[in-house]
Amino acid sequence: MNAAAAELAPPLLRYVLRLGDLALVLGQRLGEWVGHAPALEEDLGLANTALDLVGQARLLLAYAGELEGRGRSEDDIAFLREQGEYLNPTLVEQPNGDFGQTVVRQVLVDAFQLELYQRLTNSTDLRLAAIAAKAVKETRYHWRYSSGWLVRLGDGTPESHTRVQSALQRLWPYTVELFDEDDLDRAMADGGIGPRLAEVRTAWSARIDGVLAEATLERPRERPHSWAGKRGQHSEHLGYLLTEMQYMQRAYPGAKW
Amino acid sequence: MNVATLRTGEPAARPAVARIAAAWEALAAVQDPEIPGVSLVDLGMVRSVEPRSDGVLQVALSPTYTGCPATEVIRQLVEQALADAGLAPFAVAHVLSPAWSSGWITAEGRRKLAAYGIVPPRGGHEDRPIACPHCDSLDTECTSQFGSTPCKALHRCRGCLEPFEYFKCI
Repeated sequence: MNAAAAELAPPLLRYVLRLGDLALVLGQRLGEWVGHAPALEEDLGLANTALDLVGQARLLLAYAGELEGRGRSEDDIAFLREQGEYLNPTLVEQPNGDFGQTVVRQVLVDAFQLELYQRLTNSTDLRLAAIAAKAVKETRYHWRYSSGWLVRLGDGTPESHTRVQSALQRLWPYTVELFDEDDLDRAMADGGIGPRLAEVRTAWSARIDGVLAEATLERPRERPHSWAGKRGQHSEHLGYLLTEMQYMQRAYPGAKW
Repeated sequence: MNVATLRTGEPAARPAVARIAAAWEALAAVQDPEIPGVSLVDLGMVRSVEPRSDGVLQVALSPTYTGCPATEVIRQLVEQALADAGLAPFAVAHVLSPAWSSGWITAEGRRKLAAYGIVPPRGGHEDRPIACPHCDSLDTECTSQFGSTPCKALHRCRGCLEPFEYFKCI
């Protein structure tokens, strides 16, 4: 960590948690599809994407543990924090719904992670830059998968089109939070650690407009929102997800295998 | 994951150059647990082997995918191989930057992958058709972008109808 980053240590810790929690919660959600996807290929696709996301979360949360300086490992941070301590955007904790809804959520988040990671490769925080450089390659591949499916479903049958369009209506309001720049985001951008969210939004928007056009889907209108998952205020869904994910460590503290 | 494990032992009496060469030789014999017959060196996963001033041999590995379950097994195999070759003290660490690329697979590694029935990555030629490893037909299709391990995708030949694996290009 360089001098500029050291000065921002507590904000940097929260920033890294935001990134790590986003990857972890989405990875856990996608993992719910294992054994239930519409076809074996999609089971593999969703599980492999989940695996990459959990891998990214591991790198980020291990770094968070070091920044925190209390000797906590990435596992401690994942399994022993409560809902209010999770700093992921509420979009990633939304239920899977049908396959179409999972694809829509994945497209929205893949595009966000892709534009974010690309810019984080230039971070003044070298550890974050290294993690982003690794993660962006995987994310590019996830985007190929999710955007490919969105086009197939959107430009598919009337039934598949209706389902993904309604999933888009349902999930769109949660995207506002991704670009809702707060003091922490501003401090990170000022320190050269993270990008300006307005810039990420412009790139994300262009990417999403492109795939929506190809998928013959309509971009929903912007609506006001009140979500603030990245400040620990979550929808009711996260609690259920954490209860399942953390069960083993809560029931058998320190269990290893 | 920059955690390094340190194996203690008597600093080796061998000269540094011989020690580095012996380490590369030992690592070239470590096979990927998911792709038998292809070594870590073939796959470009061994980033560097350098003796430190304190006599510890520092070995840097580049993980292929962040969530690959084989990553920890590979580290254990590497430590075992270095210990068996009498190269302690050594330290094995994962390095993220620069990020591993399928372009780092050596010519020998590509040959071995092909011999094992896995089509090696095409690098910057993603638009070109993939030739079937069984009958060389170019009439092939991707059946799944993801496969049995994070590094592979599934394809099928429309000529001989056989499925085959393709090493993902990242």
